Amino acid sequence: MQIHNRPKYLNLFVLARSMSITAKISILHRITGFLLFLSIPLILYLLHRSLINPDSYAAFYAFTSQPLLKLAYLALIFGFIYHLCSGVRFLLLDFHQGVAIKTAKKTAWWVLVVSIIITGLLGVIIW
Amino acid sequence: MVGVSGEYNYNWFTWGDNMVKKNITGAGYGFNSWLQQRVAAVIMLVFALAFLVFIFYAAFSLNSSFSSWQNLFSYKSTKIIVQIFFIALLWHAWVGVRDIWMDYIQCATRKLILHTLTLLWLVASLIYSVSVIWY
Repeated sequence: MQIHNRPKYLNLFVLARSMSITAKISILHRITGFLLFLSIPLILYLLHRSLINPDSYAAFYAFTSQPLLKLAYLALIFGFIYHLCSGVRFLLLDFHQGVAIKTAKKTAWWVLVVSIIITGLLGVIIW
Repeated sequence: MVGVSGEYNYNWFTWGDNMVKKNITGAGYGFNSWLQQRVAAVIMLVFALAFLVFIFYAAFSLNSSFSSWQNLFSYKSTKIIVQIFFIALLWHAWVGVRDIWMDYIQCATRKLILHTLTLLWLVASLIYSVSVIWY
């Protein structure tokens, strides 16, 4: 199927500026969801490493204590926590809660704030 | 289908009779997938919140050793709960990723290939999760 009236010039920054906070929350939910989908085997691999025996647990612990890897895990944790928080918001929207545009924008900001706070707390724990 | 009242109706018993013309999208039409994804999301939400509470509790009890971690995973109940979490996760991911392909990929062949690869990825993950949890 050919789409004829596509814009000829797509600038991501212009696009981002034209998006409301609710639209950004929505696309970020999709992006984090896809990245989490890709990281499923990685999460299983880490779980596997941590469970086989005390030696592999110690090796796993030492390996994951590298600061750069901790940052990478924090990114993964943020993806998960963010997807969870915005998912709760979408569930509430499905039940017609907070549909009014003013409320929806407010809850969109809350999703960002709450997920950053929880990620920060977990970051403190893993450091 | 728009019913007499003007509201959206989903009639379970007219499947194939007076449905709209179907395209190869790779999904059932709408409601079922939507509901399955939400149910799986709620299951994971409950487990994830319980796990978060556990993480915070473990972090402050300063008892993060291998034996306590392994002990937790030696219980059948833990294994069952974690396995259910992963099944819900894979189901949820299937609906979500399929939605992404349906939204952005217009060529039916490419869509079919991507759907197949997604399914293979998820089935492989399921088998891997079984081998990890029931080691």
